[in-house]
Amino acid sequence: MHILKLIFRNALRHKLRTALTILGITIAILAFGILRTLVSAWYSGVEASSSARLITRNSISLVFSLPLSYKEKIRQIPGVKGVSYAIWFNGTYISEKNFIPNFAVEPKTFLELYPEYVLPEDQKTAFIRDRKSAIAGRKVAERFQWKVGDTIILKGTIFPGAWEFVLRGIYYGAEKSADETQLFFHWNYLNERLKKTTPRRADQTGVYIIAIDDPDQAAEISEAVDKTFKNSLAETLTETEKAFQMSFVTMTEAIVTVIQLVSFMVIIIIMAVVANTMAMTARERIGEYAIMKTLGFGGWHIAILIFGESLVITMTGCVLGIILTFPGAEYFGNTMGNFFPVFDVSAMTLLLDIAASFFVGLIAAAFPTWHAVNIRIAEGLRKIG
Amino acid sequence: MRGGYKFTTLPIKGGKIPSPLVGEGLGEGCFCINTLMTDIKQPIVEIRNLSKSYRRGIQVIPVLENINFDIPEGEFLALMGPSGSGKSTLLNLIAGIDKTDTGTVMVGGLDITSMTETELARWRAANVGFIFQFYNLIPVLTAFENVELPLLLTWLSRKERREHVEMVLQMVGLDDRMDHYPSQLSGGQQQRVAIARAIVTDPTLLVADEPTGDLDRVSAEEILELMARLNQEFGKTIIMVTHDPHAAERAHIIRKLEKGILNAHP
Amino acid sequence: MRIPLSYSFRNLLTRRLTTTLTASGMALVVFVFATILMLAEGLRKTLVDTGSYDNVIVIRRASTTEVQSGIDRYQASIVETQPEIAIGQNGRRLAAKELMVIINLPKRGSEKPSNVTIRGINEQSLLLRPQVELIEGRMPKTGSYEVIAGENITRRFRGCGIGEKLHFGMRDWTVVGAFRAGSTGFNSEIWGDVDQLMQAFRRPVYSSVTFKLRDASDFEALKERIENDPRLTLEARREIQYYADQSEMMTKFLRILGMSLTIIFSIGAMIGATITMYAAVANRTSEIGTLRALGFQRRNILFAFLAESMLMSIIGGFIGLFLASFMQFLTISTVNWQTFSELAFSFTLTGGIVYESLIFSVIMGFLGGVFPAFRASKMNIVDALSTR
Repeated sequence: MHILKLIFRNALRHKLRTALTILGITIAILAFGILRTLVSAWYSGVEASSSARLITRNSISLVFSLPLSYKEKIRQIPGVKGVSYAIWFNGTYISEKNFIPNFAVEPKTFLELYPEYVLPEDQKTAFIRDRKSAIAGRKVAERFQWKVGDTIILKGTIFPGAWEFVLRGIYYGAEKSADETQLFFHWNYLNERLKKTTPRRADQTGVYIIAIDDPDQAAEISEAVDKTFKNSLAETLTETEKAFQMSFVTMTEAIVTVIQLVSFMVIIIIMAVVANTMAMTARERIGEYAIMKTLGFGGWHIAILIFGESLVITMTGCVLGIILTFPGAEYFGNTMGNFFPVFDVSAMTLLLDIAASFFVGLIAAAFPTWHAVNIRIAEGLRKIG
Repeated sequence: MRGGYKFTTLPIKGGKIPSPLVGEGLGEGCFCINTLMTDIKQPIVEIRNLSKSYRRGIQVIPVLENINFDIPEGEFLALMGPSGSGKSTLLNLIAGIDKTDTGTVMVGGLDITSMTETELARWRAANVGFIFQFYNLIPVLTAFENVELPLLLTWLSRKERREHVEMVLQMVGLDDRMDHYPSQLSGGQQQRVAIARAIVTDPTLLVADEPTGDLDRVSAEEILELMARLNQEFGKTIIMVTHDPHAAERAHIIRKLEKGILNAHP
Repeated sequence: MRIPLSYSFRNLLTRRLTTTLTASGMALVVFVFATILMLAEGLRKTLVDTGSYDNVIVIRRASTTEVQSGIDRYQASIVETQPEIAIGQNGRRLAAKELMVIINLPKRGSEKPSNVTIRGINEQSLLLRPQVELIEGRMPKTGSYEVIAGENITRRFRGCGIGEKLHFGMRDWTVVGAFRAGSTGFNSEIWGDVDQLMQAFRRPVYSSVTFKLRDASDFEALKERIENDPRLTLEARREIQYYADQSEMMTKFLRILGMSLTIIFSIGAMIGATITMYAAVANRTSEIGTLRALGFQRRNILFAFLAESMLMSIIGGFIGLFLASFMQFLTISTVNWQTFSELAFSFTLTGGIVYESLIFSVIMGFLGGVFPAFRASKMNIVDALSTR
């Protein structure tokens, strides 16, 4: 354990330099962690997708709706276990700054198709029974401090007017990836009002959600659905939920790519800085290493010293960076106006942090070690001056 | 004095100018070559009741105790003594790069112990030439630029600076290597550049701390020869700290420091 | 009275590797910084240029974009008769009732579809948008199944080149022309005859009414009247404002992301510079002592070392700017979350950005080097000289 003590003492010799290097690594790990979390947040919709669900939309674009009459026809297609439908409502809660994803859905079938949105039984019953009711995810309820029984008013943008709901349930996600920032209400409630104000917009839906028995049949069933409605007034495009969610990511792919590139650059630059510091330090200590060799220390000992010091520095920075990543990610998530339903630091990110720091520590120490181990004693002693 | 610096332009030929060295000398076209002229050897350095100690943590270690002595103008003095005797410390105090605890140091009639740091720096630029054991040349500057350095602290024009630098490099015999970097010069050559740097402002004093310490026999001889010349031909007052008895022989006077106390050894 | 700049500069050259690494760090930061500014400028330019100050766009109240909006014929005709609307050279009102929908089109060279805006126009539409010019082909004939596509669309999306056909609304549409609209958002749109498109999409309502004001200052009065008219459920905005609002979210996101990255990187770069300079000071301790002995003041030493780190950062700054300027060749093609449709913009470098980036790099060099420079200047001469 003497070696360990020597390693620590060495690292503390140039306190300022060591501190600065550690700080540099901390910052790099912090940046890397936040960027990665941002990227995974982007894909959170994809993560939450089920391979046993298909989404059917109007083939022109999401902006166009599908007739309600399609429901029965879809249900009869072999391999289809259940069908539900939803309309993207995009209501504003008080101000545009409070972005909440909200949908008009067919409550019973929707909850069946999304078992990961969990509600206590009494809330579920109340929701299904009351046409004017709505349910909200745990995160959004917490954000605005909603309680069951509250009245929530949304200002319609696509469907103008003031829309009043009673909150009958708060759901939580059975899986970590489930989106708990959404609000759902009755499609019927929307439709009734549309029949009175703009009848031509009534009896339509935005998307159909299809549950299938066998995920491997997804392609066939999708084709079957689309074939059914080919050459009709509203042609469809059916795809897996994952593909559907991916299309959103793809639309902003350019930005995601940039962010991923930057993450790599961060690591590389930091590696360079640490390598530089280690090289500087090793150069200064060449004389000492030569002396140690005369005393009988082998190349291995010296290697361990240099690698040890490098790793102590990088891993300390890594730990600090990881600790800071959590509050950092939270701050970032909040500043982004809650556009990302999930902004959690994943275990993978932490693993990558550790791996990267370790790797950087090794690389940084490699060349100085090679040099120090191979130096001839006389040459080294001369450097003491 | 222009801007607080003592300064003279270099000679077309040597001239005799009666003057105390410091504080004057605006004469154009004349180099102040003195000492041979005056018979009365004024003390150029006067030290009274000088004491200095160092602090190591809580310990206070006295290095110099109550030193009193004078150095006449034009003297070549060697300071010797065992390691830790304070000879370098004494040198530093005379050269104005260290502060005394008690006592005064007068150089050329000026009390340097009462000067502020800024004043001392300016004073040194004009009045002291340094010669170090390890030459202490700036590695990224050429020989020319190294010698030019002290002149940057004056108001001389570029052309004037060039003249002076070339002149002193000629004096030390290195004018053909002006554009070499220190790494391209031998130890002896580097020390000669250092000496050129030390005299380029025509200072009152030359202080040398182990000037031959890092040189081989031949180079050491060259350097000592050069220093002797500076003293004899140009009347430069030289204070040299050394271990080397050979070097000490070249001086007029050797004084030994032992445990902070000075003995004379003519 | 100063230590020459060549001293600082040459010391940078001596430590080539270290200087390169540190300067590269600075270059990276300035690159990110400049790129973000260029992005924001490019976005702003695209959107601001997309509107004219004296044009007004009317959409349904509470809609945030044309796509969400619906104006029936009755309301549209009321808007068209407002007295403030300018009369064009052809004697007709400079007003256009337009339709806007979004369709999915595959991008060229990939299977991935993206959303593209289709705008149903009439003859007045082009007059309202002087930034738009036809660069190839011709305008679609009224009553035909012909469309023209913006430059960005013909380039990036399949089936949108001249002569190619698009299929939607159960019909084939031929692309008969391509238009360029400066750097505006119109470049990412496809235009066709409004009546044909309304029929094809079975949309009996318009999305918006756009018109030009006789006098730009008439806007306030007009807005009041339209928004308080009990027959109308509409709101009016200046075209410029409308388009600026559309990019608000995107701009905000990019700005926050960009600035966060810049700050984090700049801290890293400054740390790199500080480490480098501390090492430099440590290595040159006896040199510092020598300079002080020779008569240089503390502040001369301070400036010399500050100059070194600032030179390093300025070099990094120029390199970063140089690299960033290449970004101007890139066009970002993405979907604007707010409008849910394609938006393309490029990076725009301005003199102001160059200036700001260089100042930024100077500041970094200063902050990174100030503490080591102070250490250098505070040294005691005797101690410094005794270091080997």
